[in-house]
Amino acid sequence: MSEQRDNQQMSGGEALVKSLEHEGVESIFGYPGGAILPVYDPIIDSSIRHILVRHEQGAGHMAEGYAHATGEPGVAMVTSGPGATNIVTPLADAMLDSVPMVCITGQVPVPAIGTDAFQECDTTGITMAVTKHNFLVTEAQDIPRVIHEAFHIATTGRPGPVLVDIPKDIVDPTNPRSDMNWYAATDADMELPGYSPQMEGDRELIRQAAELIRDAERPVLYVGGGILKARAAEALRELAEMVQIPVVTTLMARGAFPDSHELCLGMPGMHGNYTAVTAMQESDLLISLGARFDDRVTGKLDGFAPTAKIIHVDIDPAELGKVRQFNVGIQGDCRLVIEGINHAMRELGGADAQVDRSAWRSTVSGWQENFPLTYEQSAPGDKLKPQYVIEELRDGNPADTIVASGVGQHQMYASQWWQFDHPYTWINSGGLGTMGFSIPAAIGAKAGRPDSRVWAVDGDGCFQMTAQELVTASVENIPIKVALLNNSYLGMVRQWQEMFYEERYSEVYLQERVPDYVKWAESMGCAAIRVEAPEEVAPAIEKANEINDRPVVVEFVTDAGENVFPMVPAGKSNSDVVVDPTQAHLLEGES
Amino acid sequence: MAEKFHTIVTTVENKPGVLARVAGLFSRRGFNIESLAVAPTDDERFSRITFTVDVETAPLEQVVKQLNKLINVVDITELDPDEAVSRELMLITVSADSAHRKELMELVDDWRAYVLNENSEQIMLSFSARPDRLAEFEEKLRPFGIAEIQRTGRVALKSLAD
Ligand SMILES: Cc1ncc(C[n+]2csc(CCOP(=O)(O)OP(=O)(O)O)c2C)c(N)n1
Ligand SMILES: [Mg+2]
Repeated sequence: MSEQRDNQQMSGGEALVKSLEHEGVESIFGYPGGAILPVYDPIIDSSIRHILVRHEQGAGHMAEGYAHATGEPGVAMVTSGPGATNIVTPLADAMLDSVPMVCITGQVPVPAIGTDAFQECDTTGITMAVTKHNFLVTEAQDIPRVIHEAFHIATTGRPGPVLVDIPKDIVDPTNPRSDMNWYAATDADMELPGYSPQMEGDRELIRQAAELIRDAERPVLYVGGGILKARAAEALRELAEMVQIPVVTTLMARGAFPDSHELCLGMPGMHGNYTAVTAMQESDLLISLGARFDDRVTGKLDGFAPTAKIIHVDIDPAELGKVRQFNVGIQGDCRLVIEGINHAMRELGGADAQVDRSAWRSTVSGWQENFPLTYEQSAPGDKLKPQYVIEELRDGNPADTIVASGVGQHQMYASQWWQFDHPYTWINSGGLGTMGFSIPAAIGAKAGRPDSRVWAVDGDGCFQMTAQELVTASVENIPIKVALLNNSYLGMVRQWQEMFYEERYSEVYLQERVPDYVKWAESMGCAAIRVEAPEEVAPAIEKANEINDRPVVVEFVTDAGENVFPMVPAGKSNSDVVVDPTQAHLLEGES
Repeated sequence: MAEKFHTIVTTVENKPGVLARVAGLFSRRGFNIESLAVAPTDDERFSRITFTVDVETAPLEQVVKQLNKLINVVDITELDPDEAVSRELMLITVSADSAHRKELMELVDDWRAYVLNENSEQIMLSFSARPDRLAEFEEKLRPFGIAEIQRTGRVALKSLAD
């Protein structure tokens, strides 16, 4: 630390808030309590907006939604003990989906640690496995440095959640242990000898990758969430258009390449569309960019893309070769590496130097023609089809609308049937699959992007897990819109029981009318609309879009018997993809 | 020495909880630690943790890469069995009545173990050697009657170049 600093005497609590301001934090999602109380006092005088949630899980998912939508780290602050344990799920969620997030937790005073004090829990111990890193700060003087380190770790390399546990005595102005000299911490203050993420890709490997691309006959660009984290959508588009290679965007990468683009094949994986799944399966070169060969994408691993060579680009070297052995593995930031590949491709002669791929192109477009996503419209008087609701939502909203989804069938319908043409417009819980994610994530996104329209697409099961955050949205004036697809069931689980447990339905029926979602939403300060007939769908969406002084919940009562197709049954190879029943006969001609 | 064990020598920040982070990583990724030794280094900011892992249960490359992701891990050296010099220390208390004492002492001399402590019935020995030799020595002592035994876990350094 330099001597010539504009040091200011203050308490650790003031220093913590000042450090957050110094890191550029504009919003904190939080919930107070005993151990964190001294930090809540200086928040009154801070420029930072504090959003008081109704459950700490909500704070965590809001921070995630904020980060997904803005690219800036989301910040949550909660108290010790139950406050900390309530935010473990969002931390795990952010860990698996590489979401930059900083979580501040209160802790009992340093002398009380280890004594089973009131609201004490071993927060750093509990969260070790679900954070990129965590800190227990024991000296007030360290606060500015550790906060700077926390933001640095959360946002660089492979992003992720970082937790900072702050004992009460070092922030409590009545305790001399909180006395400190504040300083504006910089990178020079950091003490992280074991952390230096490598951004640049190896040039020789990049050249090898370009050569593989040039010579591939059936290549596919397999694009994951890392593209969004690296802000590499532009570079990706340049690459795809130059080499004219089709692109699949995983559940985490929807919007990273426009669905409307002629090269886009959409989502691969368990509920991916037939062409995306099969193109990967039949490919001779998978160019994996910021993706991690998740089991929901690969299906049964030893049957996955058996003839494909692999180029694997990832900022995290541990991903290279973790699941599938690569031919060329490049550690580095996706944007920088893709720009490198673009450059190398041009040096190799660009598009013209590539092998002729007209056969591959026509194979792929044949699949697209035969196996589009499909569903049967409901007969008059029958319940709404969920896919139809998503189509109407898509058509009734501008293309840059942000969609945050829960977990279940509705999530898959949303990913399949929305048209994602812009990066950072799709927010969901991919890795952890956290029910209840959508409402708080949508609130976080709207807080960070107040000028964007934000729709949550939620299921009835999910809604019942985090709906109370609509109170937060009302009171804090964060007017999100919720499309609640009420199929009266834990639909995704019901689908598995139908397909794999001989239709023995065990504990998946919720109820259609209990709770009354309209009354519930209204009681939380929202406008609420119930929709049961197809002709009411578009007008209800239009009406919801006109209401901007409150959150809106539109309950769509949908067909409980509908299933998500295509589907690769768990444990099966992607070659065994089950298509919509109306397309099944077409499969006979294939493979 | 045919070895399925690989030795990983890590330099870590000397901070509370670092061993828990490392141990937690091994257990949650399903890697088995065969042996573990922790000690300070000549630089007080750092400690050294030396592990032995069974490469049949854990893909070595993944172990190393995952360890590298821990923020407090500063440096990792993988030591191939062929290019490492490794040692482990064993303390062992053996029955030594007058009838067998002489025979036991010959064995102790042959194997270059040390007597640390003794009384009329027992002798406590210290023996430091290549880890596989520890097991051999233990077998030699077994017929005398082993009362107590403790091993340290191995430490290792890279062999010197020719
Ligand atoms: C917290 C949590 N608990 C359980 C599950 C397992 N699960 C996955 S989808 C699902 C059903 C979701 O129901 P709903 O929100 O109504 O969505 P639907 O599938 O009906 O569209 C369940 C229980 C989960 N993903 N997350
Ligand atoms: Mg449901």
